[in-house]
Amino acid sequence: MAAAPELLPYEQIRKDLFRPLSGVSRNYLLATLCAFVVGAAGLVAWGYQLGSGMGVTGLRRPVYWGFYIVDFVFWIGISHAGTLISAILRLTDAAWRKPVTRAAEAITVFALMIGGMFPIIHLGRAWLFFWLLPYPNSRLLWPNFRSPLLWDLTAIVTYLTGSVIYLYLPLIPDMAQLAEHNTPWRRRFYRTLSLGWTGSDREWHALERAMKLMSCIILAVAVSVHTVVAWDFAMAIAPMWHSTIFGPYFVAGAIFSGIAALLVVMAALRKILHLEDYLTRHHFNNLAKLLLLMSLLWFYFTIAENLTVWYGNEPKEMAVFGARTRAHYAPYFWIMVVLNFVIPFVLLGIRRLRTIRTATIAASCVLAGMWLERFVIVVPTLANPRLPAASGFYAPTWVEIAITAATFAAMAMLYMVFSKLFPIIAVWEFKPHPQEED
Amino acid sequence: MQHRWGMTIDLDRCTGCEACVVACHAENNLPVSNPAQAAEGRTAHWIRIDRYYEGEFPDIKVKYMPVLCQQCDEAPCEPVCPVYATYHNPEGLNVQVYNRCVGTFYCANNCPYTVRYFNWFAPEWPEPLHLQHNPDVAVRMAGVMEKCTFCIQRIQRGKEDAAQEGRPLADGDIQPACVQSCPAEAMVFGDLNDPASKVSRLAQSGRATRLLEELGTKPKVIYLQKVK
Repeated sequence: MAAAPELLPYEQIRKDLFRPLSGVSRNYLLATLCAFVVGAAGLVAWGYQLGSGMGVTGLRRPVYWGFYIVDFVFWIGISHAGTLISAILRLTDAAWRKPVTRAAEAITVFALMIGGMFPIIHLGRAWLFFWLLPYPNSRLLWPNFRSPLLWDLTAIVTYLTGSVIYLYLPLIPDMAQLAEHNTPWRRRFYRTLSLGWTGSDREWHALERAMKLMSCIILAVAVSVHTVVAWDFAMAIAPMWHSTIFGPYFVAGAIFSGIAALLVVMAALRKILHLEDYLTRHHFNNLAKLLLLMSLLWFYFTIAENLTVWYGNEPKEMAVFGARTRAHYAPYFWIMVVLNFVIPFVLLGIRRLRTIRTATIAASCVLAGMWLERFVIVVPTLANPRLPAASGFYAPTWVEIAITAATFAAMAMLYMVFSKLFPIIAVWEFKPHPQEED
Repeated sequence: MQHRWGMTIDLDRCTGCEACVVACHAENNLPVSNPAQAAEGRTAHWIRIDRYYEGEFPDIKVKYMPVLCQQCDEAPCEPVCPVYATYHNPEGLNVQVYNRCVGTFYCANNCPYTVRYFNWFAPEWPEPLHLQHNPDVAVRMAGVMEKCTFCIQRIQRGKEDAAQEGRPLADGDIQPACVQSCPAEAMVFGDLNDPASKVSRLAQSGRATRLLEELGTKPKVIYLQKVK
């Protein structure tokens, strides 16, 4: 096990963490190209959908929400990686958070940018999405504030704004350092973005206070965002959507998948950027324990949700429950239980098995499992409406699959660009006494 | 007096002949789907005949139920639309404003009767049906939601005709296409606010039930059937 990164000399930390910013390797270009191709394919698919109509998707009556809404909830869930983890760790002053926070905060911003696209991709007339915004318009109409979709829009825009600020603030001291010795265009780039940071006492105090405040605000916003996403479903009177538990269930699921995403990204960064001295077994161990906790919590919520429906035995709800657990969608449901509970429980619950590798495997399983969880929540309910004569099935088409794949490529691409422009670990946090130096 | 339009459907009379479905298609410019689209679940019928089976073969009985927009007084589709494309008009109808719809699908998900239909593509008609469009009804574009309007164009025409002739609107002056075409005369349309109208009297019948009444949606379509 490597020593804690806090014990390394500061000069070496600076060198190690600024190194990935310069130079572009062949593998990097290749990876970017792959991500670009997959992303472009998704754009082509979306263009095709815009041109022909929503009929090119697998959506059909009565399943009006499909892959896009699943992707939407999934990515908004992933976005809970950053804020929640980094805000909680900041507020509790956990020393081990230092190499983890920025990677997490960047996930939040990118996942939100991607997730926020899906409600637009999903619109029948996507080019009119701005009709949902409250602005003075020729139609002399406000949007309908009673609609959960409006709450959703408000929550996500607030969260994105907050997350960008939350990512940006602790970047400032690092960018000021980067502006010192660099190529001309980079110097100008970092100097502009660092807003004239000089490192005076006043500035450090202001930054510290701003981060404390933002941590508190972003925590509240993060919880509310996924609650509102849950309410998109829970406010509808559809069987097994209209559930009081959905708010907290979704928040727990979001944090769960967020931690999983963070673990996967950390494992990738550790390998690719050779950050073995910074992202140590200690960090993975701590996050793996957190993942285990969330897995147990998720399982508890899942049991609470399904057991009450099964015991109540109400016919309309049982139609959905049956579709989920015994009929058409049963494979998705049971694979979800294995991926989200059985595998993490075994790999992370037994201390001997808990290593960086198994934590990464468990986290990857959780990511797939949480995507399935959203599918299992969205589709079977719609496929089994209250009038049994109207029931139907849903299977995606290549358009939906291509757009879904493109979002993963977009995430990879955004992350790769980010890690070339900014140090993925906050360097200044390792500075021994920031207030006393300049 | 404000009108409050309603309909009764006598399930003991309905033969499931689907004349109402055809009439609705012709009246409301509904696109005609081909067998492939039908197999995909991409048909649009503002009124459809749901079939339910009672008993075991060979001792089996089929029950038909025409299902159209129930024009709920407490419509679940209305509050969820972010752009007010679906709203309650002063005469109690759930009106869909096509030009305002952006296609979030939320109204359709929240409709317990699954009577909302989406325009997956730009509508098409096989020749020569494209020549018989009803000029009083808009042709809907791709990407918007639509549903039964209680033939609002006929309601409008009926009121205008009565006004022109200087007489009050009489019961039975207005008939939606489905009501007009029902050979079994199972459907009756009229003003629920007029206690003397046929539909009001039928709505008081001991056979009157409402679909999924327990949800509190207060539908204005009333089904008549003998409850055993």
